[in-house]
Amino acid sequence: MKWDISRMGEWTSDEFPLGAVIPEAGNSDDYVTGGWRSQRPERDDEKCTQCLLCWIVCPDSAIRVQDEKVTTFDLKHCKGCGVCANECPVDAITMVPEGCDLPEVK
Amino acid sequence: MVEQKVVAATGNTVVAEAMRQCKPDVVAAYPITPQTTIVEEFAAFVAKGRVHTEYVTVESEHSAMSACIGASAAGARVMTATSSQGLALMWEELYIASGMRLPIVMANANRALSAPINIHCDHSDAMGARDAGWIMLFAETAQEAYDNTIMAVRIAEDYEVLLPVMSCLDGFITTHSIDRVSLLDDESVAGFVGEREAERALLDLEHPVTHGAFAGLGGPYLEFKKAQRQAIERSRAVVKRVGDEYAALSGRPFGVLETWGMDDAEVAVVVIGSTAGNVRHVARALRADGKKVGVVKIRCFRPFPYAELAEALSGVKAVAVMDRAESFGAEGGPLYLETRSALYDASNRPAVVGYVYGLGGSDVKLELVESVYGDLLDIAGGAAAPAGPVYLGAR
Ligand code: SF4
Ligand code: SF4
Repeated sequence: MKWDISRMGEWTSDEFPLGAVIPEAGNSDDYVTGGWRSQRPERDDEKCTQCLLCWIVCPDSAIRVQDEKVTTFDLKHCKGCGVCANECPVDAITMVPEGCDLPEVK
Repeated sequence: MVEQKVVAATGNTVVAEAMRQCKPDVVAAYPITPQTTIVEEFAAFVAKGRVHTEYVTVESEHSAMSACIGASAAGARVMTATSSQGLALMWEELYIASGMRLPIVMANANRALSAPINIHCDHSDAMGARDAGWIMLFAETAQEAYDNTIMAVRIAEDYEVLLPVMSCLDGFITTHSIDRVSLLDDESVAGFVGEREAERALLDLEHPVTHGAFAGLGGPYLEFKKAQRQAIERSRAVVKRVGDEYAALSGRPFGVLETWGMDDAEVAVVVIGSTAGNVRHVARALRADGKKVGVVKIRCFRPFPYAELAEALSGVKAVAVMDRAESFGAEGGPLYLETRSALYDASNRPAVVGYVYGLGGSDVKLELVESVYGDLLDIAGGAAAPAGPVYLGAR
């Protein structure tokens, strides 16, 4: 089902789905978790062997892959947990602090 | 009214029987005295193929209620049973079950809470959970425990309600004493409770949904709680309607509260559970003596029948509220607090005295009940009300 939540801010108690159920599949895409991040991952393309382990372990599916190769991080959803950097077998990912100059969110 | 089989059985046996007749898809439970024989006998029904239930043996009550929540969210009809420390261990899941609007039905064998350790009857366990968002029914007898269990399924699963229901019976006194009970036949119960038709079920693969989502800061948490309040308010009418339908089927009237001698009573005792029998027994003797005494038994504690109680007590001069639970630091036990609240808007406000009795299964002797009526008749005659809560029979 397509769930129209455009007026959610005005819904009253009897308009919300019972028991806080979300009646639509796959809408976690709309939930921007990137704002939680205090560190962001950066990948060194020279070191990376394209083993795709980071893609498997990322809890937010925030590692983009094309033609079986890691391309970029989805910074709209990457919450900066550092799991990818920790698990990378060749230390190709470094976590760098987010400054005030946040990169453009793509 | 359908023909019924009369048996001699314990409260636990007939609760297990009612559960079998309601055909739950899932039962997840952990044994605890004095609930144990409910789940034991139900497990035997499963083992013998007399009910087709997925019986989940878990390692604690925390897991029992967690499994019930998962199964209920999946769309199953779910039942369980617990008592005392077990209910206490379920505490966080109780709120999750009601918040997720899951119509789980749970029998609770009322028992004291530690410390000191005690396995006998009082209402501390259930009363501790009274704000958890569950509908709460209390039984005086094994018969009522059987009837309440069946009605609970209909009330919980009603679309106007969709809340969990706790069906309480007094530990040992009702759970383990053999009582005379009329049992409905399987077909009548099956027809009465019907099948659960779950909306937004996790196992409905055609319509995938998320259960247990986040509604934090800036989110609609307040609105969800208001929705729960509205649902339990709507349940008042549903409890009555289901009670009426069940009465038509069984021939046993159901009231959110039940009165004895209240038409012209000058003094009354308000009570919950098995002690109502002792109180009626004493009241009958006093009536034979010409004393205008009455009894009000609360059968549905959540939602609390404020209007019905105020109406029942509208003509009396003095009321005793007998609490089998404490609310330490409050003016009295939970039932006392509710009764006082029910009377606040009444035009005739009688004197109300709180009594705490029977904690940890301490004996409810008839002399103690007589002393309560003695106090009330003194107050009605002009004596000052004792400062409560009076610890009945305590040294
Ligand atoms: S930091 Fe965490 S969320 Fe971000 S890409 Fe790495 S594993 Fe995924
Ligand atoms: S885990 Fe490391 S080496 Fe493997 S693909 Fe990811 S960044 Fe490259």
